[in-house]
Amino acid sequence: MAEKHAITLNANGKDYRISVEARRTLADALRDDCGLTGTHLGCEHGVCGACTVLVDGKPVRSCLMFAVQAEGQAVRTVEGLAKGEVLHPLQKAFWENHGLQCGFCTPGFLMLATGALEAEPDLSEAELRDILSSNLCRCTGYQNIIKSVCAAASEMRACPPSADR
Amino acid sequence: MSAIGRSLKRLEDRPLLTGAGRFAADNRADGQIHMRVVRSPIAFGRIVGIETEDAAALAGVVAVWTAADIADLPPIDFRMTRIAGLEPYRQHVLARDYVRYVGDPVAVVFAEDPYTAEDAAELVFCDIEEEEPCLDATAEPVPFMPERHPGLLSEPATIVKSYGDIDAAFAGAAHVLELELKVGRHTGVPLEARGALAVHDRETGMLTMYGAAKVPHYNRDSIARMLGLPQDKVRLSEGHVGGGFGIRGELYPEDVLVCAAAYRLGVPVKWVEDRREHLMAANHSRDQVHRLRAAVDPNGFVRGLTDTFFTDQGGYVRTHGGTVSDLAAALLPGPYLIPAYRVEGHIRLTNKTPSGTYRAPGRYETTFVRERLMDAVAARLGLDAVEVRRVNLIPEDRMPFDRGIEALGTHVLYDSGKYHDLLERTLKHLDYAALRSELENRRAAGEAVGLGLAFFVEKSGLGPHDLVRMAVLPDDTIEIVTGAASVGQGVETVMAQVCSDVIGMPIERIRVVHGQTDRIPIGFGAFASRVTVMTGSAVKIASEALRDKACALAAPLLQADIDDLVLEAGRVVSRSSGAGIGLAEIASQSAEALDAEGLFRADHMNYPYGIHVAQVRVDTELCGVKVERYLVAYDIGRMINPMLVEGQIVGAAAQGIGGALLEEFVYDEAGQPLATSFADYLMPTAHEMPPVEVLVREDAPSPQNPLGVKGAGEGGITAAGAAIAAAVDDALGRPGLVTRLPIVPTRLHASLYPR
Repeated sequence: MAEKHAITLNANGKDYRISVEARRTLADALRDDCGLTGTHLGCEHGVCGACTVLVDGKPVRSCLMFAVQAEGQAVRTVEGLAKGEVLHPLQKAFWENHGLQCGFCTPGFLMLATGALEAEPDLSEAELRDILSSNLCRCTGYQNIIKSVCAAASEMRACPPSADR
Repeated sequence: MSAIGRSLKRLEDRPLLTGAGRFAADNRADGQIHMRVVRSPIAFGRIVGIETEDAAALAGVVAVWTAADIADLPPIDFRMTRIAGLEPYRQHVLARDYVRYVGDPVAVVFAEDPYTAEDAAELVFCDIEEEEPCLDATAEPVPFMPERHPGLLSEPATIVKSYGDIDAAFAGAAHVLELELKVGRHTGVPLEARGALAVHDRETGMLTMYGAAKVPHYNRDSIARMLGLPQDKVRLSEGHVGGGFGIRGELYPEDVLVCAAAYRLGVPVKWVEDRREHLMAANHSRDQVHRLRAAVDPNGFVRGLTDTFFTDQGGYVRTHGGTVSDLAAALLPGPYLIPAYRVEGHIRLTNKTPSGTYRAPGRYETTFVRERLMDAVAARLGLDAVEVRRVNLIPEDRMPFDRGIEALGTHVLYDSGKYHDLLERTLKHLDYAALRSELENRRAAGEAVGLGLAFFVEKSGLGPHDLVRMAVLPDDTIEIVTGAASVGQGVETVMAQVCSDVIGMPIERIRVVHGQTDRIPIGFGAFASRVTVMTGSAVKIASEALRDKACALAAPLLQADIDDLVLEAGRVVSRSSGAGIGLAEIASQSAEALDAEGLFRADHMNYPYGIHVAQVRVDTELCGVKVERYLVAYDIGRMINPMLVEGQIVGAAAQGIGGALLEEFVYDEAGQPLATSFADYLMPTAHEMPPVEVLVREDAPSPQNPLGVKGAGEGGITAAGAAIAAAVDDALGRPGLVTRLPIVPTRLHASLYPR
């Protein structure tokens, strides 16, 4: 067995002390070592974006980053989006606009859109479409995903959720 | 207010939005080990030996199996469309004597950690004596496995169907048209790859497989039979499923392997494939070549049609047996009268990944073929393409229309349809004449823009029957248990709406249990757009039985006459006195349980129908095709939840556009697959998708079920290839240019600028 490294991963504001091989991906560490299985693996080669998480606020393919590289940075996953029972505006908009079917790609889209809108709240629909084209969905045809994100963007502009985690 | 016909938010969504979903890879069990499949790197060859010593010696490896270690396991049998002669072509769970495609499982490694399992799998050496692969289903049949099955050729079966007097149709024909058309190899590619966890409980003897999908009851029976276990000692459990589209949930070698391993090694076994494996091991689909001859009269009416087609079935015949070819053969005539028809469908094996069904199997292919023919008729006779459809469509007064042919062992009887009416409504919706002249103006200005229209008939609601059970629970909720499965399409919400419509309880208080073989003895699962039709009808029947039972049990409690009682908003109320009682209260005060059962039978499928219209712009230099606008008109009989119907249609249209323009499994001359990542197998992103308009009609409810519903799952994909092909022809002013899908830039360039 290859050498393991003791690291501390900070995910959704919580520290996870884990021991991983250098080659272990951030996605696998989140899922298997931290129990955060909301981050999904759709291709493991960086195309589909189902594994998108925020690392220091930026959307990252967690299948293309090693867990050891994420030490000392703030990782946010889909599990951290809602505040208790209160859904994030993006989660709410996806629900109301039928922005998901099987739901497998959804965490990736939610985190991608969260990162984009926190960095730039005033994105146009065309800009959002461009950003969202970096993730794959096989169920919805994207129409309702774009509708959901646009609806959430308006709500977030009107009433910004705090990004304190 | 009726709960049917309303766009209610889905019951399914909250866990999926918060990361609390439980997909196959999310399952874990204490002490689990991990399975990794070693796959053939060779398309066709004889196995000389498989060296596993180095892999077995790696620290953390528990076991390594080859076919010799599981020699007692039979091949995987057919679930559907068992045609005589297919048996020798079934796939064993690990390759025996021969490998027949790149990706064919030859060994499995079990290790304590998935990374170690992958390391060990790379240490397994397959000594394979290569043979010449067969990659063309239209070529003469070749030996399947020369030494193991001497004389057995790569054509397991031919499907022949016919009706009408084909000779007479051609004898007097004004025009005879011949076409050769091809639909490329592509498939469902759900975002979640396949995976499973099997656990054997030594105390109870129960073997459980988590990660089941689509047809859990059928797969339970198969796994039990293959492993020699009693049926009641095998349990399949479905969690969240990341997309189905036909390919998911069929019984694959890997499912059997995890179950066999958990049982024999005595520890839980988990398997999750990677995307590369998925693209070379999960079912492919489509991949047909059709050779048509049509006899046409001077008005463009098709008097007779013959078709010889070849289905490239890949390396083995899997669970679907002859399903795709059978459906293609039976449903090719689609919405048109075509009084005489003869078809010969050749099922051919090649050295590619085995094929199965993909959303609208046989219909996506034959709609492309048939609608290309209609466009060719229009071009040859100088007629308008829409007029040719009008001349050939089955008139409303001929419904129900008996095709005189069978599909999947059921008689093809189009139950209802107003085809001409939908065509006129579609043209009106588009303002067709104005749209055509707008496009003509753009073409005159130098743009290569065009419009294509294609008509299709779908099928849905495959029987034979479906059972649901429901009960009122102490917390005043209703639990519905069904043998149907969820692949992400909204089963829970739709079933709850059907129940709520009868009981009057809000859907949030109705819980739907699906995909659990230990909760209900039978179940047919989710495929062939059957759930809303079959399971929905069974839910309606059970709900009405529950309503009647609630009233009967409430009568003595309310001291009322049963005829005086009605069920309103989940309470039984006396019309005369106004006194009422809740369902949970009735249950708690009665000696009998407040439950009910509903069984719905159907001998025939039903036949929804529709039209796709595509508007495209072709870049005449680079030969890329941009879909500017897309319309799906669809008569669904009756909608339970319009938002979900629209979601199904738009999502299916995206896949249809993918199959028309982007997605293709390409092989090199040695049979090596060239599309084994998402960088090579291109699926539509948000950029490729045009706005999709959906015109759903409820003008032709099905008379064959108590809800009047027809399926929603497939109509959004069926005519996409056909409509886009027509639009590309139109944009380039070259009728009949497109003869093959997908319309990729390289091929379009080659046909526009021949050397």
